[in-house]
Amino acid sequence: MSKTYEYVPEPALVKGNHDFKDITAMVTDINLRPTPTGWYIAFAISSLLLTVLLGSIAYLFWQGTGIWGLNSPAGWGWAIINFVWWVGIGHAGTLISAILFLFRQGWRTAINRFAEAMTIFAVMCAGIFPAIHVGRIWVIYWVFPVPNSMAMWPNFNSPLLWDVFAVSTYFTVSFLFWYVGLVPDFATIRDRIKSKFGKLIYGTFALGWRGSNRHWWNYEKSYMILAGLATPLVLSVHTIVSFDFAVSIIPGWHTTIFPPYFVAGAVFSGFAMVLTLMIICRKIYGLEDIMTVDHIEKMNIIILVTGSMVGFAYAMEFFIAWYSGVEYEKAIFILRATGPYAWAYWIMLTCNVFSPQFFWSKKLRRNVAFTFFISIVVNIGMWFERFVIAVTSLSTDYLPSSWGYYSPTFWDVATYIGTFGLFFTFFLLFLRFLPMVAVAELKGVLPQADPHNYNDKGEYVEPVVEIPEPYNKPS
Amino acid sequence: MAQIFPKWTNEAPRRILLGSIIILNAVVFSVWYFFSPEFTDVGYQPQQPVPFSHQVHAGQLGMDCQYCHTQVTESRYANIPATQTCMNCHNQIQTDSENLALVRESWETGEPIEWVRVHMLPDFAYFNHAAHVNVGVGCESCHGRIDRMEVVHQAMPLSMGWCLDCHREPEKHVRPVSEVTTMGYVAENQLELGRELVAKHNINAPTYCQSCHY
Repeated sequence: MSKTYEYVPEPALVKGNHDFKDITAMVTDINLRPTPTGWYIAFAISSLLLTVLLGSIAYLFWQGTGIWGLNSPAGWGWAIINFVWWVGIGHAGTLISAILFLFRQGWRTAINRFAEAMTIFAVMCAGIFPAIHVGRIWVIYWVFPVPNSMAMWPNFNSPLLWDVFAVSTYFTVSFLFWYVGLVPDFATIRDRIKSKFGKLIYGTFALGWRGSNRHWWNYEKSYMILAGLATPLVLSVHTIVSFDFAVSIIPGWHTTIFPPYFVAGAVFSGFAMVLTLMIICRKIYGLEDIMTVDHIEKMNIIILVTGSMVGFAYAMEFFIAWYSGVEYEKAIFILRATGPYAWAYWIMLTCNVFSPQFFWSKKLRRNVAFTFFISIVVNIGMWFERFVIAVTSLSTDYLPSSWGYYSPTFWDVATYIGTFGLFFTFFLLFLRFLPMVAVAELKGVLPQADPHNYNDKGEYVEPVVEIPEPYNKPS
Repeated sequence: MAQIFPKWTNEAPRRILLGSIIILNAVVFSVWYFFSPEFTDVGYQPQQPVPFSHQVHAGQLGMDCQYCHTQVTESRYANIPATQTCMNCHNQIQTDSENLALVRESWETGEPIEWVRVHMLPDFAYFNHAAHVNVGVGCESCHGRIDRMEVVHQAMPLSMGWCLDCHREPEKHVRPVSEVTTMGYVAENQLELGRELVAKHNINAPTYCQSCHY
């Protein structure tokens, strides 16, 4: 019966025996060397898409929301779907940077900067939709509690208002968190860059960082405080987004499972998006030693867990619909699986519940190409999840006489595709001008950062760097 | 290494932060104050084609508002009187006054006088004079002391917040229906009288959106 357990060392978080100088060069040289042609091509494409976004928004303001496919039963369409989808994607960054930081998960340092940048840009894309969908954009300031001559005040009973505060708080805290982490790295680039103009710009953002003991002390404290602030936000934002649906009394929306189910789905899609971008960037920028296969495997495990949670939630929705005995609730779920939008429902189920199950296999978890494929499938699935939730419940609600079929118009699609332009424009600028890995933090998790220069008797010995091998040594 | 920034920049982040907070508050305050109808609209006093004096007619002569604005108890609008109403008296009084030339011309040709509207509500706000006048909202409550105005000007902001001030607490403003056109009316105990009148007329001033916007 007895079995002895051996200590299994964590595999090294950075491969390839790089020293500190190497790490600095690997990451910041990307910002310092001349812009590669490929970047210009990518930037041109994303700018073009951004123009599509701006054009469709301009046309929307000119014409009104009638240009979208909204109709009488389905008053919420792609705008809300895209909003929830982008906000969901924006969850991975803060989860990686704040929650994993508080749990002392050293592996997060390789991807946190990257994921946080993705978060910020995703939340920016998300924020566009609730703002532009209001119809009368010129009175959008009514969502803020500002004194005015109409004696009007936001309706604090409305989850839509909670949403405004939840998302804007999330954006602010994520942005600050990202920026605080960037300060030491800005200073690194300031010191390495040759051009005077570059020194001025990076120096401005470095806020006079000299790397003194006091600076580091302040940095660590503020980083810890921000992580503490951001942690509840990871859970609260998508909880409140789910309230947009759950607080109403539409069948299929009015369920208590929505908050945890939405948060799980958000983390699920966020990790998938980080993987999609990470797999491309580590290849292009040669950062495979930093963003290793071990990282991909760990993220795939999270995708498997959250994907199964989402699957459980889908099953539970059906169970409760039957168990509650509410006719409308039963009807909507039968309609979801068999009704006019059954195609969307089964796409959702295939992408979100079945596809991550491949990650039970360690081999597939560590397969980069397969992971890339699944990460895209997951994000397609999560988009369809929001589509199924928003559209099926609205288009087939209580009264069969008022049922209708919703389909998007050209402008719905153009706006959605356009947000990718916004996202990638910012993301490319990020890749070009900011260090995409937290250089200073990463050095802290190098094996070299933990040298044992003195033996048990207190005598100096030459530092020996031991790089633990992964548990399952590839044979 | 050479310094990139001069010494004063040490204080810059703090100053920028403080400055932005101050500027943001100043912007909110300025919009709230300077963009409100109380600032932009009160005192609007357009030139009228005929120098008609409310001070003389309503103040000095003590004519009742409803002598001219006849439909106020029945209609959404407190109508502008027809030229006929002016001529009731002015076919005998001041028949050759220079000031009344336009009135006589209108009377002869049948073309109405083009008075300039003073109190303008936006098209998206529904307002009904009859509904207010018939339950005891005095003329002066919204139009001010017309009996003291040589040329009529807008005395109240007519903003939504201003409407709501009364809709939320009508008992502070209503008066007996018989006193509606009285100028300078003061009740002995407004609150007591107001509560009585609110109960008597079953005043239930709505404050939901669709009561005025639909």
